[in-house]
Amino acid sequence: MSFQPVRFYQTGTYTVGNRLLDEAQRTVQATVARANSLTSGHRACQGCGEALGARYAMDAAMHATDRQMVVVNATGCLEVFSTPYPETSWQVPWMHSLFGNAPAVATGVAAALRVKGRRNVRVIAQGGDGGTTDIGFGCLSGMFERNDDVLYICYDNEAYMNTGVQRSSATPAAARTATTPAMGPAPGNEFGQGKFLPEIAMAHRIPYVATASVADLRDLEAKVEEATHLRGARYIHVLVPCPLGWGAASSDTIRLARLATESGLFPIFEARFGDVSEARPIRRPVPVDEFLRLQKRFAHLFEPTIDTERIAVIQAQADRNIKRYALLP
Amino acid sequence: MLKQIEGSRAVAEAVALCRPEVICAYPISPQTHIVEALSEMVRTGDIWPCEYINVESEFAALSVAIGASAAGARAYTATASQGLLFMAEAVFNASGLGLPIVMTIANRAIGAPINIWNDHSDSMALRDSGWLQLFAENNQEALDLHIQAFKLAEALSLPVMVCMDGFILTHAYERVDIPSQALVDSYLPPYEPRQLLDPDDPVSIGAMVGPEAFTEVRYLAHARQLQALALIPELALEFSQCFGREAGGLISEYHSEGADTVIVALGSVLGTIKDVVDALRAEGASIGVLAIKTFRPFPLDAVREALAQAKRVVVIERSFAIGQGGIVADSLRKALAGLHIPTHTVVAGLGGRPITTVSLERLFRTALAGALASLSFLDLDQGAVDRVLAHEREVRRSGPLANRMVQEIARASVRIE
Ligand SMILES: Cc1ncc(C[n+]2csc(CCOP(=O)(O)OP(=O)(O)O)c2C)c(N)n1
Ligand code: SF4
Repeated sequence: MSFQPVRFYQTGTYTVGNRLLDEAQRTVQATVARANSLTSGHRACQGCGEALGARYAMDAAMHATDRQMVVVNATGCLEVFSTPYPETSWQVPWMHSLFGNAPAVATGVAAALRVKGRRNVRVIAQGGDGGTTDIGFGCLSGMFERNDDVLYICYDNEAYMNTGVQRSSATPAAARTATTPAMGPAPGNEFGQGKFLPEIAMAHRIPYVATASVADLRDLEAKVEEATHLRGARYIHVLVPCPLGWGAASSDTIRLARLATESGLFPIFEARFGDVSEARPIRRPVPVDEFLRLQKRFAHLFEPTIDTERIAVIQAQADRNIKRYALLP
Repeated sequence: MLKQIEGSRAVAEAVALCRPEVICAYPISPQTHIVEALSEMVRTGDIWPCEYINVESEFAALSVAIGASAAGARAYTATASQGLLFMAEAVFNASGLGLPIVMTIANRAIGAPINIWNDHSDSMALRDSGWLQLFAENNQEALDLHIQAFKLAEALSLPVMVCMDGFILTHAYERVDIPSQALVDSYLPPYEPRQLLDPDDPVSIGAMVGPEAFTEVRYLAHARQLQALALIPELALEFSQCFGREAGGLISEYHSEGADTVIVALGSVLGTIKDVVDALRAEGASIGVLAIKTFRPFPLDAVREALAQAKRVVVIERSFAIGQGGIVADSLRKALAGLHIPTHTVVAGLGGRPITTVSLERLFRTALAGALASLSFLDLDQGAVDRVLAHEREVRRSGPLANRMVQEIARASVRIE
């Protein structure tokens, strides 16, 4: 099988192919001979955070497993843009069954591999936040509870993007979606906790839970690699901005992911057997406005007048994360 | 080896002899004894190597089987009733992906009103899902059909449901011949997947297919089901040569040749029907039986040939299409197109109502006299229904029908006393 050669090379302190680093410290993507799970030519929107996140996660897993892996995918953008028959962008054994059953299908694959004595082949399941936090939640919890030998990666773009940007249980408060329009006295999504799956995963006391974002792809790669080397149920929740659904510029994907983290809205941490083992401190704290302002889904918080009250509630949610995970030294 | 054994246990032993590699199920009556027995056999190492996965729902159970099958393992599950409907999305998916999973359906009614007893509403609801459907007449056949089912499924790369009547078969103790492992091994080779999730040769399974190819994919599924029409009799013949007894096939006939009135049915009710038919034949009645063993694919030609000389056909159905009538009779009418043979639907035994020889005899006599309606319900309490309907006209208030019906029936039985 032939692999596509690497075409681009990034530089900079946070970027992946960091040539300023020692060769040993450089990551999977920095080498020309890197594994390549998802070929170019798939049909994701320009600037799609999910395509980027999935690619780096899968490449890292491919590297870590020496290509001995099977991928199970839930229905959603990632599945649709990567496998329009008769084409496929996947260079790994890949299977899609349904929207809500990816964790269970992965359990079945893992069981089959165990019976066949192929312990070296690792199973990875992936889905969007809808497939993970809503319709597939029962199957995912079952998979966690049984501690099945599967790494599940959720690409959280905070809504059902594939069906046209409807609310999911991971949609943040006040966000406008097609089913939470910016109308009425409390426009956008209702204020509430949202469903923060990493903490629910932790409550299952599984060996490894981590969050990551496409703003720090080195970190994402490292976490995937770490998770790949463990056994049992593992969960990585990756924040992947969606230019289309968030109403943002395609060139702002990485910036948005970074602002989500630096505002405290999306904490980056790792947990082992239910306890947080490491949280990534915020380097340059920013108010939530900076994150919200760049997105049309929050436009109603700023126009025609600035809704200071509702922005303050979002700020309080960020502050609570900052305190809870000790994100500021 | 002959054993006096519960139907569920017999099926579990048959499945075990087929060397499943992944078993995954969620409990529901009357399927539970099958999967309990299997989980025990996996624990004791009687089935090895095999993974028994306890899951959180039927939807997950079949999904696990889907993953296991796609990764090259022989996969098995079992369910019934609400469980089958709960996994419905995955049921269609398994056949669309061409995965040779075998699933036992311990047939049971579907709620509401909730009812755990036997009829065929569950498997019939999924008759168009692309699975093959085989119906067992007794526990020996249930056992034998499972062995054939794996071979059939894997030969065609399509999933197979083996349907057996809940409680009536699953919980009945009968003498059953359980074959040796060597014999089953000689009949059933190991599973060789058509397409496999293998890192050494990556494929994408389950891609998104648009209008340009979807019809063709569906047509192929149909064509493969039609191949089963030839394959099923072949496998049944091979089975009888190997195991020394008959089981399965598309249809089976019982004194139906030359009979004026032919009773058509599937499942365990055939035993009772045959008893009644024997008695009527002893009186000289021209009556016979046609058993449908394979309901999907529906054996149109075989049925047409078997019934071509009949004067009338009576279908005993253990399910029905609400707002329409008989499900099996519909297929039958299609098989008999142009032959002008009156086909009567008799809906019987819904929700476990016993189908007695007395009722059947009365029914068959009515049929023989040419006085049977096109659609009727065996032992229907027409009085109770009429009273509820009358009440509904008077009191324009909605509410659970079942409660009122039960009250009406209770009141009626008090009056009889
Ligand atoms: C049972 C079922 N219900 C609904 C759908 C329609 N559907 C397909 S993808 C999708 C949303 C996917 O959202 P998410 O999981 O967040 O992934 P994203 O597309 O945002 O990456 C929905 C609702 C479906 N395929 N199956
Ligand atoms: S809608 Fe969003 S998630 Fe889907 S492909 Fe476009 S950018 Fe990516």
